This record gives sequence, structure tokens and C-alpha cells, in this order.
Amino acid sequence: MSDYRGVHDLGGLPIDEPIDRSEHEPTFFEKRVDALMRLLYHPDRGVFRVDEMRRAIESLPKDDYFGLTYYERWVNVMRQLLVEKGVLSEVEIEERMAAIRERLAAEGITPIE
Amino acid sequence: MAQAYNIGDTVRVKTGYPRTHCRTPYYVRGQRGVVEALIGAYPNPERLAYGHSGLPETMVYRVRFPQRRLWADYPGAAEDTLTADVFEHWLEPERS
Repeated sequence: MSDYRGVHDLGGLPIDEPIDRSEHEPTFFEKRVDALMRLLYHPDRGVFRVDEMRRAIESLPKDDYFGLTYYERWVNVMRQLLVEKGVLSEVEIEERMAAIRERLAAEGITPIE
Repeated sequence: MAQAYNIGDTVRVKTGYPRTHCRTPYYVRGQRGVVEALIGAYPNPERLAYGHSGLPETMVYRVRFPQRRLWADYPGAAEDTLTADVFEHWLEPERS
């Protein structure tokens, strides 16, 4: 069996196209995810450490790791860690999301998921 | 707490390939380098990643590697180097 290499451990691996170096103004979604992250991994008042978030991202299945965007990955593991730490349950999260979908549908909005 | 290595020491990165959280990049494992700077002592992120304190804090070193040894067929200058920040427990001493 060959030496294990994390899905995230990309340094030095070849790629077909040049790295996209374009920049953009952070979107509202990105700023909100970033703010949530900082609250959740705050050393004094947070629920988990940034290292735990990294560990969870590195453990994502390959399709998720490369299929999700950078901030989508953070959202994904925030949810996972909140459940892991017992702050929220999957049932609570799903019920809340269903309620939000219902409210948005009533306003004629289809959420991006 | 006395750190194991000083600036100028030749060190070798260990060759482990853990499946658990690791902050040592794959491409420097097993490689020989020189300590360029002492970054400071920090809790072990490999333990923090699983809810442990990561204590006691251990030294992080900036280690300099020759590019021509890191990459097969490196096309750049022979004197090109790369630095990586590596925790003490990932290093072992090496004769210069």
C-alpha cells in the first residue's frame, strides 16, 4: 500500500491548468461564513478549535472536498462539528432548515443549497 | 523548556504518513534541511484537532530545503530553496 496522502495535501502535485489568481470582493455569504467561523473557534468563547475544523475538512470525501467551494467546505464542517460537540442535533438542524425553506417558499424565494 | 534545535542545525523531517491531522506537508517528509528560524512554541495541532489541549507547547522551526532535492527534474536555479514551518516532534537530528 502506498504512503497515505491527505486529499488536501496538494503542494507539489501537478495540475493541468494554471492556478486561478483572480480576486473578488468577498460576497455576503463568504463574510457571514467567516464571521461564524471566528465566533465558533474563538479561544475563549468558542465551541471548537480551528484545528478541528481543518481536521474535519481534510476528512471530507474526495468528491465533497473538490466539489464544494472553499466557504462551502467550512459551512459543511461547522455543521458537522456542532453536531459532534453536542451543540445541535441533526434533527434540530433539519427541522430549522425545513422551516426556513417553507418561509422562503412563501416569499417566492428558492434557496441555494 | 529547552528546544532541541538551533538556527543552523541540519535536521531531517520524519517519514511518517499519518491518516490523522498533520501540519507537515507531504513533500518535505523524509527531506533534509537546515533550521533557519525558531518560530515559537505552540500546542500540538495534531492533538488540538481532536479536542485535546495539545500541551505541552513545543517549538516550531522554519526549515530550509533545497528545491532541487524536493522536486524531480527541478528546472530552477541550483541555489533555490523552500522553507516550511515544522514542529519539533516531526524532526530528527542529522549530521551536517
